[in-house]
Amino acid sequence: MKAQSIIALKFLIVMIILTGLLYPVVMTDIAQLTYPSKSNGSLILKNGKIIGSELIGQKFDSSVYFWSRPSIIGYNPVPSGASNYGPTSDTLKKLVESRRESFAGNNSITDISTIPKEMVFASASGLDPHISPEAALIQVDRISEARKFNTNQKDKLFEIIRELTEAPQFFFLGQERVNVLMLNIEIDKIDENN
Amino acid sequence: MNDAIQLIIFLLVLIAIAPLIGKFMAKVFMGENHIMKPVFGWLEKMIYRLTGIDSNEECNWTTYLFGVLLFNLYGIVFLFLLQMLQAFLPLNNENLPNVSWHLSINTAVSFVTNTNWQSYSGENTMSYLVQMLGLTVQNFVSAGTGISVAIALIRGLTRKTADSLGSFWVDLTRSVIYVLLPLAIVLTFLLVGQGAIQTFSHSIKATTLQGTEQIIPLGPAASQIAIKQLGTNGGGFFGANSAHPFENPTPFSNFLEMLALIIISAGLVFTYGHYARSKRQAWAIFLTMFILLAIGLGVSLWSEYSHNTVLNISGNMEGKETRFGIANSVLFSVITTVTSCGAVNAMHDSLSPLSGMVSMFNIMLGEIIFGGVGSGLYGIIIFILLTVFIAGLMVGRTPEFLGKKVEAFEMKMTILAILAPSIVIKLFTAIACSVPAGLATLTNAGPHGFSEILYAFSSAGGNNGSAFGALGTNNIFYNMMLASGMIIGRFGIIVPVMAIAGSMAKKRITPESSGTFRTDNWLFVMMLISIILIVGGLTFFPAMVLGPIVEHFLMNLGVGF
Repeated sequence: MKAQSIIALKFLIVMIILTGLLYPVVMTDIAQLTYPSKSNGSLILKNGKIIGSELIGQKFDSSVYFWSRPSIIGYNPVPSGASNYGPTSDTLKKLVESRRESFAGNNSITDISTIPKEMVFASASGLDPHISPEAALIQVDRISEARKFNTNQKDKLFEIIRELTEAPQFFFLGQERVNVLMLNIEIDKIDENN
Repeated sequence: MNDAIQLIIFLLVLIAIAPLIGKFMAKVFMGENHIMKPVFGWLEKMIYRLTGIDSNEECNWTTYLFGVLLFNLYGIVFLFLLQMLQAFLPLNNENLPNVSWHLSINTAVSFVTNTNWQSYSGENTMSYLVQMLGLTVQNFVSAGTGISVAIALIRGLTRKTADSLGSFWVDLTRSVIYVLLPLAIVLTFLLVGQGAIQTFSHSIKATTLQGTEQIIPLGPAASQIAIKQLGTNGGGFFGANSAHPFENPTPFSNFLEMLALIIISAGLVFTYGHYARSKRQAWAIFLTMFILLAIGLGVSLWSEYSHNTVLNISGNMEGKETRFGIANSVLFSVITTVTSCGAVNAMHDSLSPLSGMVSMFNIMLGEIIFGGVGSGLYGIIIFILLTVFIAGLMVGRTPEFLGKKVEAFEMKMTILAILAPSIVIKLFTAIACSVPAGLATLTNAGPHGFSEILYAFSSAGGNNGSAFGALGTNNIFYNMMLASGMIIGRFGIIVPVMAIAGSMAKKRITPESSGTFRTDNWLFVMMLISIILIVGGLTFFPAMVLGPIVEHFLMNLGVGF
C-alpha cells in the first residue's frame, strides 16, 4: 500500500512533466517553426498595425461594409459564447423578428424569406468570421449606394465576393462561405484605387 | 445531397479505421511488438525507472483498483491547488486571479473523472499554466485510466482461473505514451495546419476595420484540443469549445476532431475482440453501437431540419457556425454525446427539442454507444452481462459469457454500475428542481428550463461534460452538486467493474456446447439493443416527457416561453 502511494505520486509528477510541460512546449516549437502565422492566430496587418485575425469575426454595422452575423458578445472575444436561447424561447423569437425587420429595411429587401438564415441567428462562438455568399450578395446594393459606387466599382464588388467565396473543403466538407473581414478589407481597396 | 455525402464518408472512415486502431492497441497492451515501440520504447523504460515500477509485476483487482483511486485522488488534489494558487504562479499572462474554491473543486473533479464539465470560460478564468500542467495532464491520464480499467476487465473476462489483472501503472503508461501521445502529436500538427493556435504569446490588442478595439486571446490551444478530443474529455481551451474559430477553424479540422473523439472508443471494441480471440464478438458490439448511433443521428437530423413554428423557420442557425452548417453541427452533437466527449461545435441548448433530447438520451443510456475511451467498453460489457443474465433466465440456464458463469455477485455489481449514474441524473435533478438555489440561475422558461437542469445532471452522471449552456452553474450549489454527481458517475462504475473483473478472472472457462447462448450473432445484437433501450427508456422516459417531448409538441402548436 505504501509502495503504491509513492509510485502514484512519482507517476503523477512524471506525467505532469511529460504531458503538461514537454508535450505542449515541443508542440509549440514545432508549430511556430512550421506554421508561424497560423499558430499565432492568423493575424492581419495593415500599415504595420494589427487590424484583427482572419479567423475571428469583427463587428460591422456601418452601411459601407458587409455585415457579419449577429453576435451575443458583440464580437468581443473575452469570453466567447452564444445566446443559448432554446428553440421555443420568446426572447429569441422577438430578437429574430427585429433582426429580420432591420436587415430587410436596411438592405431594401421586400420578401423577408430571402434573408439568409445566418443573418438573423447568432453564432455559436459569437466570433463566426463567415457568412454565406448569398448573404454577401444581398448586401451589395446597400454598400454600393452608401459608397456612391459607379457600375464599374459595383461589378468589382461582385467579383470580390466570387473570388473570396470558399467552396466546401475537398469538394464535400462544410458549407460554401465567405470571410466578412477579408471582404471588407478588399472593398476599402476599391475606394482607394478608383 | 452534400450533407448526406459528408455523413456517409465520416461513418465509412470510422468503420475502416476502428479495427486497425483496435489491433494496434491489442498489441500495445499484450506487450507485443508494434510500430510505436521503436519510437517511444525508451520513454516507457525511462518512466518505469523514474517511478520505480516493476513492469513484470501483476496484481489482483483490489490492488489495481487501489492504484486507480489513489492516482485519481492525487490528481484532484493537485489540480485543485493549482487553480487556487494560479495568481502566484508563472505563465499567468493575463494576470488572472485565483479561481474560487467551489469552481476549483468542480473543475478538478471534472477533469479527473474525464467529464470536463466547465462552469467557466477558459479565456478569462484559467492561466496558461493551469491549462497545461493541470487540464492537459488530466486529459491524458483520465483517458488512460479509462483505457486501463477496460483492459483490466477484458483480462478478467478472458484469463483462465487467474488472480492477476495486470499492472495499472504499466497499462496507464502504455495507453499514454503509445496510444494517446502519438495520436495527439499528429492531430495537434494537423490542427495548427488548419489554423488552430499554438503559442505562448500574450493576448493581442487589435484595432478593427471599424476602429474599435478587439482583444484577441491566444494560448497553447491546439495541443490541448488534440487530447481533449482523443481522450473523450471535451473541455475546451476557450469557452465556445470546438465552435471557436481558433479551436476548430475549418470543416476539415472539424472532420478530424469528430473522428478523433470516437476513434479510440471504437477501436477498443476490436481490441476486446483480439483478447477474446473472436472478431465476431467485436463486430457484434460494434454493430450494436453503430445501430444505436445511426438511430439517434436520424432522429436528430430529422428534428433539426423540421419546421419550428415558434421561430417560423426550418433548420435554424442559432448557436451554429457558418463554416459547419446544420448537418455537421448535428453530427457533432450526436458523436460527442454517444461518446463521453462533450466537446461541442454548436450550442446544444439551441438545438430543436428532439435533437436536444437525442443528445441527452445518448448520455443517459450510460455512455455506452462507443462511450468514453475505456469507459464505453466497460459500460457496454456491463449491459452485455445484464443481457446474458436475462437471456439465461428466459431459457432456465446458468448465464455464461465467454465461457464463464455469470453469478449472483457479478449481477449485483452490474446492477450497481447501472444504477449509479441513473441515481445522479434523476435524484439530483429532482433536488435542483425543488430548491431555490437550483432554479435561480435558469435562463430559459417552460419545459426547456427543466431540460437544462436534466441535461446538466445527465452530463455529470454520464461523465460527458457538454451542457445546455444557459444554465448558470458557477455557483456553490451547482459546482458542488455536479462535482458529487461526476464522482458517483465515474467511480460508482469503476469500482463494481473492477470487482467483476476480479471475480470473473478466477473462474474456469467451460467449453462451448450446443446449449451455449451465443453472444456474437444478430439475435444477440437485437437482444442487447432492446435491453439497452428498455432500461434507458423505463428509467428516463418520464423525465423526457416533461422536458423535450412536451416542448416539441408545444413548439408545433406555436407556443413559446
